[in-house]
Amino acid sequence: MQPVRIGAIVLRHFYLLRGSPARVVPLFAWVAIDIVLWGFITRYLNSVAAAPGFNFVPSLLGAVLLWDFLVRVMMGVTTAFFEDVWSRNFLIIFATPLEISEYVGGLVLSSIATSSVGLAVMLLVAAAAFGLSFLGYGLMLVPFLLVLFLTGIALGIFGAAVVLRFGPAAEWFIWPIPALLSPFAGVFYPLATLPRWMQYLARLLPPSYVFEGVRQVVAGHAVSGVALVGGGCLAVVGLLLACWFFLGIYRHAVRTGLIARYSAESVS
Amino acid sequence: MPDCGLVLSVSELSKAYGDTVAVDRVSFDVGRNEIVGLLGPNGAGKTTVINMILGVLEPDGGSIRIEGLDVTRHRSQALARTNFAAVYAPLPGNLSVAQNLRIFGMIYGVADLPHRIDELIGQFDLAAFRDVKCGLLSSGEQTRVCLAKAMLNRPTVLLLDEPAASLDPATAREIRAGIRETARSGSGGVLWTSHNMYEVEEVCDRVLFLSHGKILLEGDPKTLPHDHGKDTLEELFITVAREPLTLERG
Repeated sequence: MQPVRIGAIVLRHFYLLRGSPARVVPLFAWVAIDIVLWGFITRYLNSVAAAPGFNFVPSLLGAVLLWDFLVRVMMGVTTAFFEDVWSRNFLIIFATPLEISEYVGGLVLSSIATSSVGLAVMLLVAAAAFGLSFLGYGLMLVPFLLVLFLTGIALGIFGAAVVLRFGPAAEWFIWPIPALLSPFAGVFYPLATLPRWMQYLARLLPPSYVFEGVRQVVAGHAVSGVALVGGGCLAVVGLLLACWFFLGIYRHAVRTGLIARYSAESVS
Repeated sequence: MPDCGLVLSVSELSKAYGDTVAVDRVSFDVGRNEIVGLLGPNGAGKTTVINMILGVLEPDGGSIRIEGLDVTRHRSQALARTNFAAVYAPLPGNLSVAQNLRIFGMIYGVADLPHRIDELIGQFDLAAFRDVKCGLLSSGEQTRVCLAKAMLNRPTVLLLDEPAASLDPATAREIRAGIRETARSGSGGVLWTSHNMYEVEEVCDRVLFLSHGKILLEGDPKTLPHDHGKDTLEELFITVAREPLTLERG
């Protein structure tokens, strides 16, 4: 693996961002709007429904922020990949010495850069407008973010593989993935709220351990280290599975000629 | 041991899509400083061969060696020695000429990249378009950018799929002369496909006629038509396309 080649993939994304407000604004605009919207909702809930001493801001607004971070990480990977889909770039990119691990590494690094912008803006708006301090989560914030980051990367790589296999139109399967997963991840409510069958599925999703942990921290209870490590392990397994899936799809594409024909959008 | 004079060795290369055989046990070599024309009608298998050499299509059988490196087993090292330009593979239109050359230069590991980019921008008369996005260029200008990208790493094997198809005759002649000069003075070889038989005759040292996935004829483009009772290369091409069974590999 050569860092310069990974750097080339990141540089390409940087050039696209630098020259295009249409690409820069979505990095922070939608998540900032989400924080403002949920900030006012939590304030309203605090005024009408909160039990004495209970604060919706760190539990609900914090959960929104963490979930949006996962979504930004996922979109960071898929959007960088979609740039190659939209510019019909596969043949010219893959007919180079670039290794598939270097290409995916470039997508991940691009995502780290773009999702960091979104995270910083969310933290700023949430702290300045609604008094949400992530210091309240203590050191647990590090594993929380790490598990969400790994899950976001895994979902992004999985989404890229699906579009590589099924063609450009399949991107419409990818955008709704976070919305599809959020009810199972227990972003806004304890998993115990869910029907039994949904709880079983939720236990397979690493973010569910994070959001259960967030609620524990907010309630002043200790977070189950075992559960969080389990979530972390699931996230690592998910990432490995996503990489394996992408590699399998790429090999299939090379075997069938999909890569060479992709630029002509003749994928079926 | 690889032959030091050969930069590309294709041996018994095969590819089928279901029941359709696209390439059928094709073997050929390209020598150092040699320009080889790969000719044939549409659907003959030329682009399939090129895609396999570029590592974007896996052969069903056979081998491809670039300076002795097997493309399947040493893909990255082998492809670092190649480059290509094709009308159907333009550079990303949302990046400028200089940005595209920088990114591909990094991918190909080009030494002293800023200097090399300046050199190619001068060679292909692209100074006025240096900071223009490729998507805004005319097709002829885009072809020149693609050729500049193809020369970035001074490839040992240069694959050109109808490189002059979008160029006006004057520019096409200049570009052909430039590529011929590069092939003569450098250390690489060129595999060139074209439907322009005048161009092929002017540029290629040797041609291979491909039909239904097989090499039907091979030889010097200046003498091959007469060897098969034809006046011109174009007549020979038409015969290959319409009546391949009347010809045998020479």
